[in-house]
Amino acid sequence: MSDSPPELTVSLWRGVQEGRYETYKVPLRENQTVLDVVTFVQRHLDPTLSYRFACRVGMCGSCAMTVNGRPRWTCRTHVTTVADGGRLEIGPLANLPVIKDLAADLRPFFDKWQQAKGVFASSQTREDDVARVRPDSAARIAADAAIECINCAICYAACDTVRWNSDYLGPAALNRAWALVNDERDAGNPERLRSVAASGGCHACHSHQSCQELCPQRLNPTASIAGLKRRTMWAYVKGEL
Amino acid sequence: MNVGLYVWQRLTAAVMVPLVLLHVIVIFYATRKGLSAADILSRTRGSLAWAAFYGAFVVAVAVHAAIGVRNVLAEWSPLKDRDAGILASAFGVLLFLLGARAVLAVVLP
Repeated sequence: MSDSPPELTVSLWRGVQEGRYETYKVPLRENQTVLDVVTFVQRHLDPTLSYRFACRVGMCGSCAMTVNGRPRWTCRTHVTTVADGGRLEIGPLANLPVIKDLAADLRPFFDKWQQAKGVFASSQTREDDVARVRPDSAARIAADAAIECINCAICYAACDTVRWNSDYLGPAALNRAWALVNDERDAGNPERLRSVAASGGCHACHSHQSCQELCPQRLNPTASIAGLKRRTMWAYVKGEL
Repeated sequence: MNVGLYVWQRLTAAVMVPLVLLHVIVIFYATRKGLSAADILSRTRGSLAWAAFYGAFVVAVAVHAAIGVRNVLAEWSPLKDRDAGILASAFGVLLFLLGARAVLAVVLP
């Protein structure tokens, strides 16, 4: 009978767009996260491994990777919840170019955030009083449901429509647009609604709901996109688009 | 898909819901009653109501299906949006012509 400590068999993507999975043996520990596993490989087995993280506590959205086929925030994903028979396969986020190894290039993701007019457009100046928004107003409640996004791009990597249609803005950008559409202080809605109603906008969504299933913040971008579909439809019918 | 195509596809779907139901009822009625081709033509020829019913059906189908085919082509084929639109529009026109020909054949006196 072997006395060797328990180990994980970990396959990590090495390379850029072209590459291969390389296998490492990592000691299995209690309360070990997937990010701990990747960090162990880089510090003890192969210092050339590239990956991205920052806060390690689920706030910054930097460390998302594909873990056993699904995009996950690795700093808050315990190995015990995802390891399949002591095996982990970890790759970069899907639907994005790869910079190197486990680090995906998020520029297309943030470009689409801009394209969806995900930037607050103030209707007031610094000379005006602070806007009063009733917490129980319908618009505030709708905005509330969409504002806790940490830009991790898990929804974007999980989205089938993004995979099929490279012009599709994606769940996060549209979810952000919906939060701003419901922001009573924002003045950018005419342009924003035009952007999300164009080809590649909210109407491209097939409502597969992978985004809301895998969102680590438990947001529901599918519901936000449905809200945008309704809002833009009425704007179109009224001739505003 | 943009908002215009989305609205037209939903609108034509909404139009088709009652039309499909009535069409199925017509099929059941005609087959259960054992109506012959001559019986059917005697009811449809010169009938403005049947012309309007199936004319609306053909238009709704042509628009609805063409938008759907455009989306499938745009997402699943290497075609650009514009080319997918042209091909799907041609398909819609073909559906309309075939449907209109069939409707005219049974309603013209």
